[in-house]
This record gives sequence, C-alpha cells and structure tokens, in this order.
Amino acid sequence: MTRLVLRVLAALSVIAGLNYIVWRWTSSLNWGAWWIAVPLVIAETYSIIDVILFSLTIWRMSERDKPPHAPSGLTVDVFITTYNEDPELVLATAEAALAMRYPHTTWVLDDGSRPELRAAVERIGARYLSRGEEWVGKPRHAKAGNLNNALQETQGEFILILDADQVPYPELLDRTLGYFNDRRVALVQTPQYFGNVPENDPLGSQAPLFYGPIQQGKDGWNAAFFCGSNAILRREALMQLGLTNYVSDTERRVRRALAVGSRVVRRARRRPEARDPRVASLLESVERAIAEGTGRLKAGGSIGEATYTVQSQVDSAVRELVAGDLARMTGDLAAIRTELGVEDDPGEDLEGLDTAVDRLAARDLSPLGALESVKAVLDAVSVERLHEAQPVMPLSTISVTEDMSTSMRLHASGWRSVYHHEILAVGLAPEDLPSMLTQRMRWAQGTVQVMLRESPLTMRGLSWGQRLMYFNTMWSYLSGFAAVVYFAGPLAYLLFGILPVTALSPDFFARFIPFMVLNQLMFAWAGRGAKTWRGQQYSLALFPTWIRACTTAAANVWFGRPLGFAVTPKARQEGGVSPLRLVWPQALMAALLVAASIIGIIRWVIGASQGLGTLVNIVWAVFDLVLLSVLVGAAKYRGYDAVAEADPEASSVTQNDASPARKSASLGKQDAYPGEKNAVSHTKEER
Amino acid sequence: MIAVSVEEREGYSEIVVKGRLTMTGVGHLKSAVADVIARGHRLLVLNLRETEFMDSSGLGAIVGCLKVAREAGGDLRLGHVSERVGAVLKRTSMDKVLAPNGADLGDDA
Repeated sequence: MTRLVLRVLAALSVIAGLNYIVWRWTSSLNWGAWWIAVPLVIAETYSIIDVILFSLTIWRMSERDKPPHAPSGLTVDVFITTYNEDPELVLATAEAALAMRYPHTTWVLDDGSRPELRAAVERIGARYLSRGEEWVGKPRHAKAGNLNNALQETQGEFILILDADQVPYPELLDRTLGYFNDRRVALVQTPQYFGNVPENDPLGSQAPLFYGPIQQGKDGWNAAFFCGSNAILRREALMQLGLTNYVSDTERRVRRALAVGSRVVRRARRRPEARDPRVASLLESVERAIAEGTGRLKAGGSIGEATYTVQSQVDSAVRELVAGDLARMTGDLAAIRTELGVEDDPGEDLEGLDTAVDRLAARDLSPLGALESVKAVLDAVSVERLHEAQPVMPLSTISVTEDMSTSMRLHASGWRSVYHHEILAVGLAPEDLPSMLTQRMRWAQGTVQVMLRESPLTMRGLSWGQRLMYFNTMWSYLSGFAAVVYFAGPLAYLLFGILPVTALSPDFFARFIPFMVLNQLMFAWAGRGAKTWRGQQYSLALFPTWIRACTTAAANVWFGRPLGFAVTPKARQEGGVSPLRLVWPQALMAALLVAASIIGIIRWVIGASQGLGTLVNIVWAVFDLVLLSVLVGAAKYRGYDAVAEADPEASSVTQNDASPARKSASLGKQDAYPGEKNAVSHTKEER
Repeated sequence: MIAVSVEEREGYSEIVVKGRLTMTGVGHLKSAVADVIARGHRLLVLNLRETEFMDSSGLGAIVGCLKVAREAGGDLRLGHVSERVGAVLKRTSMDKVLAPNGADLGDDA
C-alpha cells in the first residue's frame, strides 16, 4: 500500500514536472533577458531531471523481510581502518568488534604505522597490520591501498569494513552474513548512523534520506552501493575484480607502449647521446625487440610472452654492451699492471667482472638510463605493474571514493549487492564546520572523479537501471551550479526589474504550483517522517563546495592536477579560522538577497515595478535565505554535548557509544561516502 | 588439500600444484617459488594439470609469483592446466596475460 502511494506520487510528480518544464521551454522564455532566462530554464531542467531520477529510485524501493540466517563456519576478517585517529577511539571500536558474536578475526589496519597503537591493539587481542616495504616509493592510494594491503595479508572469505569510529553492535555479522547464501551477492551495506549528533543536526550529518529510501530504492534496482564502512564484502568478488582490472590495465599499457615504442626509439636516436655508437647499436636492438614483441602479440601470443621477449632481448643486449665495456677496461687495466709490474689474480677479477656486469646492466645505470623516454617505454612493456606496490589491486584506486567505484565495477561484472536497512553500528560525525566542509568536499570530488573516469552511462555490463542509479548520485553534485542561478533569479528582478519569464500569468502558477506540491508530498512520503530538511538546505547552501569539487575533479581527471583538498582537521579548532572565511560566498549572497529585497520594495513603492512580481521574488529571496540560514547554526555549533542532549530515544541507540572521550575525539576520520546525503532533494526550491 | 612440489628439468624448474589452490593454500605456492628463485633458478613452469580447483586468490598469487620471477630476471609460465583452472583463466581473461601451454617449454630456455 505504502509503495503504491509512493509510486502514484512519483508518477504524478514526473508528469507535473514535465508539464511545467516543457511549457517553460516552449512558451515562457523572456528572450529579451536571455542572460538570466536561459540559465534559469537550464537550472530548472537540471532539477526536473533530478526529480525524475529520484522517482525512478523510489519506484523500486525494496522492503526486505528478516535477513536470511547466517550459516555457521564462514571465515570473516574485520578490517578497522585508521590513519591518524586517536588510539583510544580506534581501541574502543576494536573492542566492540572483538565482541561481535559470529566467529571472526579482528584486524586494525593502521596507515599511520604507530608502534604504540600496535602494542595496544595486540594487548586487547586484536591483530595489527600496516604497510610493508613494497609500498615505499609507490603510490599509497589512501584507504583503498590500506585495504588492498590487508587483503594480501589475510584469508577470510568475507570482509567487514569499519571506519575507526564505527562501533559495531554484537549482532552485526549474524544479521548480515546470511545474504551471502546467494552466491551472486558480493556486498551487503548497512546504514551509517552517528551517535554524536544533536536533535537539530546543525551540520547535516545524518542522512536519513540516503540511508533509507535512496539506498532501498537503489537496492530494488540491484544498485545499492558500497559506502566505505559498515559493509561486508565477499573476498572472491574483490579478488576477481582485482584480476580483471589487472588484465585490462596491463593489456592497455603494454599495447600502447609497443605502439608508441618504435617512434620513441627513433626519436631517441636523433638525440646527441645517441651519437655514441654503442648507444646507437643498443637502440637498434631495442627497436628490434619491440618489433618482435609486437609481432608476438599479433600472432596471438600472450602478453606474458610478448613482454618477456622484449625484456629479455633488451637485457641481453645491454649486458653484452656493458660486458664489452668492462672487458675493455679490464684489458687496459691489465696492460697497465703488466707495465707497472704489479701481480694480479685473474680468478678474483673474473668474479668481480660478473657482479659488475649485473650491477651496470640494471636499467638505471646502463646507457639506457640516460634515455628516459626509452626507459619509460620498456618499463611499461611489463606484466609486473612496476609503478604500483601490488600488481593486483582489488579495491579500485581511480578515485578518492574507492567505495563507489569498486561497487560499480562489481555490478558491471555481474555481482549483486544488498542494502540491509538496520542500524548495526554507531559512528562519530565531524563536530565543526571546517571538518564538515572538508568531508563533503572530498565526497563530492570523489564522486565527480568516478563520473569522469568511468562513467556509469557507458560502462559495459551495467543494466540501464544501475546506470541511472549511479548517474543520479553524480548528477546530484552538479547542484552548485543550479544554486547560483536560483540565487541570481530574484536579484535580477528586485534590483533591475528583469523577469526571466514572459509573464507571471495564471498559466505559470497553474503549472508550477501542482509540481511543487506533488514533489514535496513525494519526498515527505518517501522520507516517512525522517528529517530530510537539513539535507535540502545543504544541497543549496554548500554551493561553493559543490562547484569547487566539480572544477577541481575535472582538472584532476583531464589535466592531471592534484585535487588539493585540505587534510581533515584532527581536533576541533577552537576559535581558529573564522567561519566567515569559509562561507563568505554564502554570506555575500545572503547580504545581496537582503539588500535586493529592500531595494525591490522601494522600487515597488515608487512605481518602478509591479506588485505581483515584487511579491513573488521577495518570497523567492526569503526562501533562498532560509536555505542559507542553515550555515548560521553550523558556524555557531560548538560540538556535541552529551549531557545537554539527554534525549532518552537517542541514548538508547547510542548505547555502545559510552566513552565520553570518544565524543570529543571524533574528527580526522578518513572517509568517503555517498554523495546524495545532502544533494539529492533540492528540486523544490526553484522559487 | 594442496601439495606443491618442485622438479628440476633441463633448463627450467617445474612447480607442480596438486589439489586446491585457494586463499588458504597460496602460502605454499609462494614459498615454493621464493625457494626456487633463491636457489638461482630463473625459468619456472607452473604445472596445474592436477589442480582440482582454483579461486581468484589462487590466481592472484600466481600473478604475484610472476612478478617475483620477472624481477629476478626470469619468467614464470603456465604448463598444463586442468579444465577447472582453464575456466577460471578464461573468466578473468587472465589467459590474455598467461596463456596455458601444454607443450614443454624447455626449448625456450
């Protein structure tokens, strides 16, 4: 019944939305003011598409019954990831993890390699892991690298991943492992819920719409995705992903290197270093080796064969050359010695010669070392993934949100996922504005990176439903651009009397109002009483964050620029940065809206503009101001106060979160999470 | 469950894996390969004819061994494989990188 009502509301919202936007495009554009009219109608179209995607999501909202019984005898590793969090916080999580009822092994994966944490972890009976030598000088890939390293060192069939602050309930594994009875299931995600958030949630930390209708809806499309923590994964699925990715990456790299190889060598032969006849002949051998490797591949040989052909031929050419050099040198030396009448022991020399050849033939020291470009090509013609610490990397490393990217790849290779809607762990959310902004920036950047690197719309193996579910999350992060237009709209009228629509006629209201009402009803019904208003506010109020996330992620993916986000502050910054410096664009926008409203009224009084237009635009400006006002509370927020929040309901959920030390030690959490928590439901603010 | 043995052939070392090559058994394979390399052998052939079952962790370990062999200036190749192993190679498209080869590879050495 609930689902039927939801579907009716969703269908009606979409119909009303289309009815409105088609009319807007065809009959209402004020071309005289195209510079605001066109951006506005594009922003509105953006929002309508978002409503359509949301409707599609909840159309299939899953209502799972009791989870299947967890069979005994499964092997489970629990990974608690930490980088710089307070050891006390990590230990509390580890202790709760050890106390989980289903048999398992608890591991603390410490990317900070802290000896004192190791000692403490081992004292309470958990196991400790940090990166080994193979990572020195190689990209670390943050949390994804930390997890990949641990996968290499452990053996459990199933992996529970917990962020350092996510304290699990004893029944977590019993409630979730049963889903894996279906052998196609690779992932079970449970909600992330935060225990240190007051009733009014000033920073918008809880995500009731995301860990609720949105994930349930995605679940209905077999597209519930991995959110980095509080999720159980099947090792076999991850390893398979790592292998297929290894193969495709290696194949692409080797084929490209072979394709450009002969050109690079030819260019190198024109360089001054190549005037040396030894180098010239070596380059000739390299070219021959590359040609032969290419031939092997064309003849249907494997990449292993082709790369070995190239490498071994080049190596023997290099060795020949180096040995020749050395022999000449030793010969000269011997001649000098004879001349000087010095005794010499040929045996010793011969042995020394061998080692010297080995050493000099190493690629860096050989004459090839001087020709960087040739060396780069030869390094690429390999199956070892020399540029990485591990050849096989199960968790995706293409984005700072490895979670979303990994689950998209899992879905593309045919695995299933489950969203289990029950709070089974309690975590800690950031407690101040700067940390919150850093965290949101990171989620947004990561999501946009994935979108641009491996778009779900073109990824093979995904169903159309899955594509749209992933795309929706990415789409929602474009809201920053729309927000700017929604702020500019009332300014244009109140300050200059310019209306982006041809007339505020009954035609307009007859289309706009039903859409707004239906849309609000759909969200209210889908949210089932959850407080989704904070999320709506933040989706607009953080517009500078969303815009910067999009531009920096695009610069990163297209031009290789670093993302350049700040490291999440470790502790609450007492009176450090003024909040105004962090949210000045929003403050400026608010000031403009207030000033414009006053000027708008003056213009109406002196007869420079119409009453209806002024009224509608002032309502619009006030609505914008109400959305922005969320930041006032956020800036004033001084952290969670457990005593003041003595709400019996909240304390019953946070029973595991007892240690008061944990509450203040909340920040610096490494994280990577779903985007839509704040950015999904912003469709109702267009005036 | 798993038995790994090494046989010296002319020009190469043959590593024979019998039983199940899964995440719980990959340690045996890795240490056998490390041993052979430490003894100065460079060309390794992996015989998986009697490997009843292999999962992705097993295959991942083979990639690790390939890397070890290459870094030592040698190579690791696949000799005979069982039907099950062949299927895993196909499914992950690993056969593009490491093609099973029924023939003896000694002549290459």
